[in-house]
Amino acid sequence: MTAANLPALIPLAYLVTALLIQLAGAWRRSLAPTLAVTGASAGAVLALAGLVRVAASGPLSYELGGWPPPVGIEFVLDGLSAFMVAVVTVVGLVALVHGGRTTATEIPGRVVPFLSASMIFLTGLTGMVLTGDLFNLYVFLEISSLAAYALLAVGSRQAPLSTFRYLTMGTAGASFYLFGLAFLYLEAGTLNMADLGRILSLVESHAPVIMGLTFMGVGMALKMALFPLHGWLPDAYTDASSAGTSLVAPLGTKVAAYVLLRLFFYVLEPEYARGLPLLTAVGYLGIAGVVWGSVMAILQPELKRMLAYSSVSQVGYIAAGIGLASPLGFIAAVLHILNHAFMKACLFLVAGSLRLRRGHSHIPRFDRSLRRAMPWSMAAFALAALSMIGIPPTAGFFSKWYLALAALEQANWVLLAALVASSLLNAVYFFRVLERMYLVPAPEGVGTAPAAIEPGEVPASMLVPTLVLAGGLLVLGLGNAWLVTHLIRPMLPAGL
Amino acid sequence: MIPYETYPSVQPLLAVLVSLAAAGLIVASGRRPALRETWTLAAAALKFALVLGLVPGALAGRAAEVTLFEISPGVALALRADPLGVFFALVASGLWVVTSVYSIGYVRAGGEANQTRYFASFAVCLSATIGVAFSANLLTFLVFYEMLSLATYPLVIHKETPEALAAGRKYLAYALTAGGLLLVATAWTWQAAGTLEFRPGGIFAGSGAGPGTIRAIFLLALVGVGVKAGIMPLHGWLPSAMVAPTPVSALLHAVAVVKSGVFGVVRLVGFVFGPELMRDLGLAAVLAGFAGATVVLASLIALRQDNLKRRLAYSTVGHLSYIVLGAALLSPSGLSGALLHLVNHATMKITLFFCAGAIYVSLKKKNVSELDGVGRDMPWTMGAFTVAALGLAGVPPVNGFVSKYLLCLGTLEAGEVAALVVLLLSGLLNAAYFFPIVHRAFFRPSRDPVRGREAPAVMVIPIAVVAVLSVALGLFPNLFFDLASAVTAGVLAGPGGGVTAGIGP
Repeated sequence: MTAANLPALIPLAYLVTALLIQLAGAWRRSLAPTLAVTGASAGAVLALAGLVRVAASGPLSYELGGWPPPVGIEFVLDGLSAFMVAVVTVVGLVALVHGGRTTATEIPGRVVPFLSASMIFLTGLTGMVLTGDLFNLYVFLEISSLAAYALLAVGSRQAPLSTFRYLTMGTAGASFYLFGLAFLYLEAGTLNMADLGRILSLVESHAPVIMGLTFMGVGMALKMALFPLHGWLPDAYTDASSAGTSLVAPLGTKVAAYVLLRLFFYVLEPEYARGLPLLTAVGYLGIAGVVWGSVMAILQPELKRMLAYSSVSQVGYIAAGIGLASPLGFIAAVLHILNHAFMKACLFLVAGSLRLRRGHSHIPRFDRSLRRAMPWSMAAFALAALSMIGIPPTAGFFSKWYLALAALEQANWVLLAALVASSLLNAVYFFRVLERMYLVPAPEGVGTAPAAIEPGEVPASMLVPTLVLAGGLLVLGLGNAWLVTHLIRPMLPAGL
Repeated sequence: MIPYETYPSVQPLLAVLVSLAAAGLIVASGRRPALRETWTLAAAALKFALVLGLVPGALAGRAAEVTLFEISPGVALALRADPLGVFFALVASGLWVVTSVYSIGYVRAGGEANQTRYFASFAVCLSATIGVAFSANLLTFLVFYEMLSLATYPLVIHKETPEALAAGRKYLAYALTAGGLLLVATAWTWQAAGTLEFRPGGIFAGSGAGPGTIRAIFLLALVGVGVKAGIMPLHGWLPSAMVAPTPVSALLHAVAVVKSGVFGVVRLVGFVFGPELMRDLGLAAVLAGFAGATVVLASLIALRQDNLKRRLAYSTVGHLSYIVLGAALLSPSGLSGALLHLVNHATMKITLFFCAGAIYVSLKKKNVSELDGVGRDMPWTMGAFTVAALGLAGVPPVNGFVSKYLLCLGTLEAGEVAALVVLLLSGLLNAAYFFPIVHRAFFRPSRDPVRGREAPAVMVIPIAVVAVLSVALGLFPNLFFDLASAVTAGVLAGPGGGVTAGIGP
């Protein structure tokens, strides 16, 4: 096994585990969670090895079946994809460890297919990130999407209905992408990303290219829940099981954002992309989403739903960074992909812990008994909330910092205003929750109603992942300059 | 030009970290109050000693500096104990020692709940304050400034009453807005000036940034620090925050937090924008205008407050703007006077808050109108109150006289008669809102049939210490005056800093 195989091994690890889980699960169900965690660990280790390798000695490429590109499909581990695949695998692993307990409680009897589907979901996501072929990307997009529908449909009674909406929208998004890709293929005659990039700059008639890019952009905007195409997200995330949400929510939308980055700045010449009104539109829709998502989050009484709307807002930050089409904007977008994956995963994990211990995650029913019962979970939630608001030295502050630098560089006052407004709105909806968790006394008489299923802090298998993510926010915050200098700057596309 | 040389030393970092470590220990020993309080006292003493150790260097033109690691490419998390930083750190850490003793007496006598959270938050606040003082650049400053905003929140909502929660929300709304604007100002400074480092005389000179840009950055940054400095109309949170326990009002809302804002103003004026730009772009005039208006208006509002702590809060708002006004004068005596007022107001106002707390703990009285004859029940407390009240009105030999004298001298140097009038008028108003309290306490018969008692010794001793300190600093202002002179010399001799010109273009 040489390093050159790494790009293909990562999705393969998940795919093999998905099969093994089914087989072993049929024999003995209790094996499934262990297998899932093992497979996810293998994926994470491979991805981190790839990250180190790429940082040390440049990109890796793997030709599938020995067919050389552009005819064959290649898997590419370069700066951006190595970074992204590391985020996906690590956060996926953490979510799966935490999910071991919640799946057993919330969806007993469906654990084996659930875990198998989550492996396929991760296969799809890592495949999307690693592939160097735009059509292959569509295939992996469908793989991850179908798995995501399955993951989200298992949950409360409304979950299948909400997921059906997601399925409709998601399929539309994927079809848009495919449709757009057809335009590009007709013009350029190739599907390989690098090849397409070379040929597109020679194409004379721009209308079909722009048409194709717009379709692909809209498709990805749907998948990443960019305002105003976010309608599917809140319901789907709220009604799913805790494990499903904490796996899909931090990762699914990010990978769609990755595709936009890949498409605009690597496949296309950055210089060309900068002139596209489409890119500007992505940026401004992002800004609108930042504000809209935050406002909607304030109105939600259900924690998971609030976090879902907050995702709409945070995806907006990423889109705004992409829309600026500058090195600083790119840095802000990529850094926020990482930071937000950590924060949002941490918050959803706590929401899952609350559902396990209290049987609900309904904000008006929180009270200060939580701070005594679950001190560590609450502390992790508080830290992640502060990061979302953007208090230094947490990671979220530095996302804001780079975005502010990028916005100032182009005198984008709208984005700056949205940044300031959004951290205030974030403060409103998070302190609303924190106040209840820490300060508001339990209503008299109802104190010991059906609420408490089991008192006390969650078991270590759930607490450790939560604390790892929360601690990670401080590490990512204080180490952000290192990340930017050593990982993100080297991946900046030429010509941006 | 840097009028002091730097040398590497971790001492400033230790001074920041010691109370952060203490906060951890406090939480860990929450079940054993005696041990927990030991941590607070030990950390306070150690921190003071560490800061004290930096004073000789600062006076001799040598600043300890520690550069940790980059927190943004090109900007390091760096601490530097320059004269101004040492000045502020000395005030905050010195008064924390006294406040810690008083706090222990206050929360025990008052039977407060959540004492562990209280002491831990207090320790974190002090770490952030010292961090603010020693920050070597604007981004480091912003990091500690935001930490301070946040660490104060648990203290504001300490009582967990609906009123306290409302005050907490108001406080957060002000503080986080300010933080957001300061973030934008910091990023913009980086873009326009190419550096964030604090340099005496400013960093914008020769950067090529247009006057419009600099004015906009100044306004954003001013709102950012002005909220904590209580410059009207940004002061609204401060009177509401008086719902916090009195030691919090004393140390944080009269010294550490609000003075971080004022300190920020001085940093901006002297070390980011520089006296020359302040004058040429008319920024000093804007600053002086807001500060002058605040001095007068806050005093007028203080006259009408019956709640003792609220009266003190409005008095604080007024006195904070003395310092801002002094900085805006850009004259040697004005800036020295402003800095001296930073320490002098701290000792006097902390005395007054301590007294208000002692009255509350002993007699459960909060309002000025209930204080008839209190002087006979609590002679020590009210005696100290009288000393501090005289000082704030500017009566010698209490230290308030010294700084006010220098400030007045500064207005004359700058040729600003309007500022002089404001200062003198405010002296009269101070007398008008403080002396009735003294009069009630000592010269009116008590309406209570039962005689009250003096507060416990752990509270009275700190009160006496800060009152004596106020007088002592009035008689021997040398140490702080020398530090202030070092700051003034550096700032006003910066890139082209003229020494005697007035405000305005």
